[in-house]
Amino acid sequence: MSNWLEKHLPKIVLGPSFLVIILFVYGFIAWTAWISFTRSRLMPKYDIDGFIQYQRLFDSPRWEVAIDNLFIFGFLFILISMLLGLVIAIFLDQKIRIEGALRTIYLYPMALSLIVTGTAWKWILNPGLGLESVIKGWGFKDFTFDWVINPDFAIYTVVIAGVWQASGFVMALFLAGLRSVDQEIIKAAQVDGVPTLRIYTAIIIPSMAPIFLSAFIVLAHLAIKSFDLVIALTGGGPGYATDLPATYMYTMAFSRGDIGQAASSAIIMMLVVFAVVVPYLYSELRNKNDQ
Amino acid sequence: MFNKITVAALATTLTLSTSISYAGPKAEVLHWWTSGGEAKSVAVLQKEFSENGGSWTDMPVAGGGGDAAMTALRARVLSGNAPAAVQLKGPSIQEWYEEGALADISDVAKKNNWSSVLPASIAGHMKCEGKWCAAPVNVHRIDWIWANASVLKSNGFGMPKTWDEFNATAKALQAKGIIPLAHGGQAWQDATVFEAVALGIGGANFFHDAFVKLDKKALQSDTMVKVFDQMRTMRGFVDKNFSGRDWNLATAMVMNGEAAFQIMGDWAKGEFLAAGKVPGKDFLCASTPGEGFLYNVDSFAMFKVKGSDRQDGQKLLAKLIVGKNFQKVFNLNKGSIPARTDVALNEFDQCAHVSAADMNASSVGGTLLPSYAHGMALRGAQAGAITDTVTAHFNSDMSSKDAVAMLVKAIDNSK
Repeated sequence: MSNWLEKHLPKIVLGPSFLVIILFVYGFIAWTAWISFTRSRLMPKYDIDGFIQYQRLFDSPRWEVAIDNLFIFGFLFILISMLLGLVIAIFLDQKIRIEGALRTIYLYPMALSLIVTGTAWKWILNPGLGLESVIKGWGFKDFTFDWVINPDFAIYTVVIAGVWQASGFVMALFLAGLRSVDQEIIKAAQVDGVPTLRIYTAIIIPSMAPIFLSAFIVLAHLAIKSFDLVIALTGGGPGYATDLPATYMYTMAFSRGDIGQAASSAIIMMLVVFAVVVPYLYSELRNKNDQ
Repeated sequence: MFNKITVAALATTLTLSTSISYAGPKAEVLHWWTSGGEAKSVAVLQKEFSENGGSWTDMPVAGGGGDAAMTALRARVLSGNAPAAVQLKGPSIQEWYEEGALADISDVAKKNNWSSVLPASIAGHMKCEGKWCAAPVNVHRIDWIWANASVLKSNGFGMPKTWDEFNATAKALQAKGIIPLAHGGQAWQDATVFEAVALGIGGANFFHDAFVKLDKKALQSDTMVKVFDQMRTMRGFVDKNFSGRDWNLATAMVMNGEAAFQIMGDWAKGEFLAAGKVPGKDFLCASTPGEGFLYNVDSFAMFKVKGSDRQDGQKLLAKLIVGKNFQKVFNLNKGSIPARTDVALNEFDQCAHVSAADMNASSVGGTLLPSYAHGMALRGAQAGAITDTVTAHFNSDMSSKDAVAMLVKAIDNSK
């Protein structure tokens, strides 16, 4: 009896949560996929009607803006956060004084909710309240910084706020990575008289490759899912210039009574996430098998 | 045989048990009137309902301009347990009817003679395939232009009667450092200004063809190009910080003389009155240049409910909503006017008098039109497609011709 229990206990314990995940994650993914092939409006309907929702989706100029924004935002957000995080981490790694305090300061934005970040930056970037009016007040009458109300540049303000929020976290990841590099190799290089910059570019950074990958995955899924930052910062505006797929989906599902459109955009979003995550999982699993 | 008897017996016990548990009329009411004046208005209905022996279950769901309430409603209908009355308006009433969720309250309507006390076009929204399925609460007018009286007076201007006059006044005020148009850059506010302009420039027939019938000819017409041209001109009258501003902040700009005009529905009046401003003296109200009347009618749709206590509650509620007393008290609180045309308006202010007179006149003249921007004329997807175009045009340097082309494409795509 006890033998049987010992053998099966893990399965019994994990069983319920496994079933719940099957239903509430994969079950609802399947449901959403089904709905995306129907003409559902206000309430879900279950008669399959082909790819009509996907046709409408890709004909919609608003979706085009949302997808373009996702790529602009995702690319810049990930790139700048990683570069900035890496540079700050390297500077903090120079055995400086009050490193603990500085680290906390840089990491602190991560503790804020994105809604707070968005609202604060909305005020900072507002040309009549924030940065522009302050600098004009100092006497620089020609200074303008009105990206937040300019439809061509508004998406970059989302990048600014996002980077401000996330780069501290990336710094913490990289700092941990820097500290885990084998000190013996660095010392050996220093003894050989290798310049510091070259130590970083040739030894330390390449040995941190897994950290880069983790940081990328974390940032990429943050970018694809981002919703609250846009809602708080620009409300998707001016017009719909800062719409992202997530805000598009929300509008269709909850404001416009167009569940079919919402479902098809959700499926596209999921495919984008898969495109990022699946290669990562694949490489992880393959490495395990090799060992 | 035996089975049939058991079924019959069971059925009798069931009906018996429902009639035994009957405890007077009951109604659960889903709404999103939760802020100050609105909450007070609902409390009036609640009080009247319990005075008539009903027990009221309040289900306020605030947030997202009703989006949150609609999500709650969807869940309730899917689980087969809909509230008796839901704050719904315009074509979404018919949309819910098509889902098979609405009840028929024609007997209440007939007994209380609704069809003769409500304007015909408003009554039309309350009917689903000829049967009454909703009760109207109020009429908001959308095409209002509000102005700061002293700003206009000290500069020697009156309320504009045509759009050219508006443009000239706005230009002159702008030269003096006054913001001509207080506006908040949110999509629905852009759409509100747009439909007032469209009605003013195109007239009632054009508005009806374009935004009710979605007639392609009207949508592609030169008139539509002119409407977008005027929107481009209006963009120049807006201050730099308008992006994302809430409508009540724009109203405050008119109140304190920072800006001269605002184009907004009559809920803006509530802001003026709450700040102790007097209509005619501190602020002026007039319909936007042009003919017609754009209405936004709040109403309660009646959902199918089980049990005679709930059905009785629903009928009582419907009767009270269209009752004279509630129509008066609610609308005094909310800034709108009664949907009934036979309510005495002594206690209402002069803007409400203008509104009521215009409503009756335009109802006779056939220029009483549903507001597209506030979800009265079109279903969500189509109205949204128009708003997307309007806001994209207003917030960029798109040409009017491109905007018209985009509008036609967006409407095609939303069907």
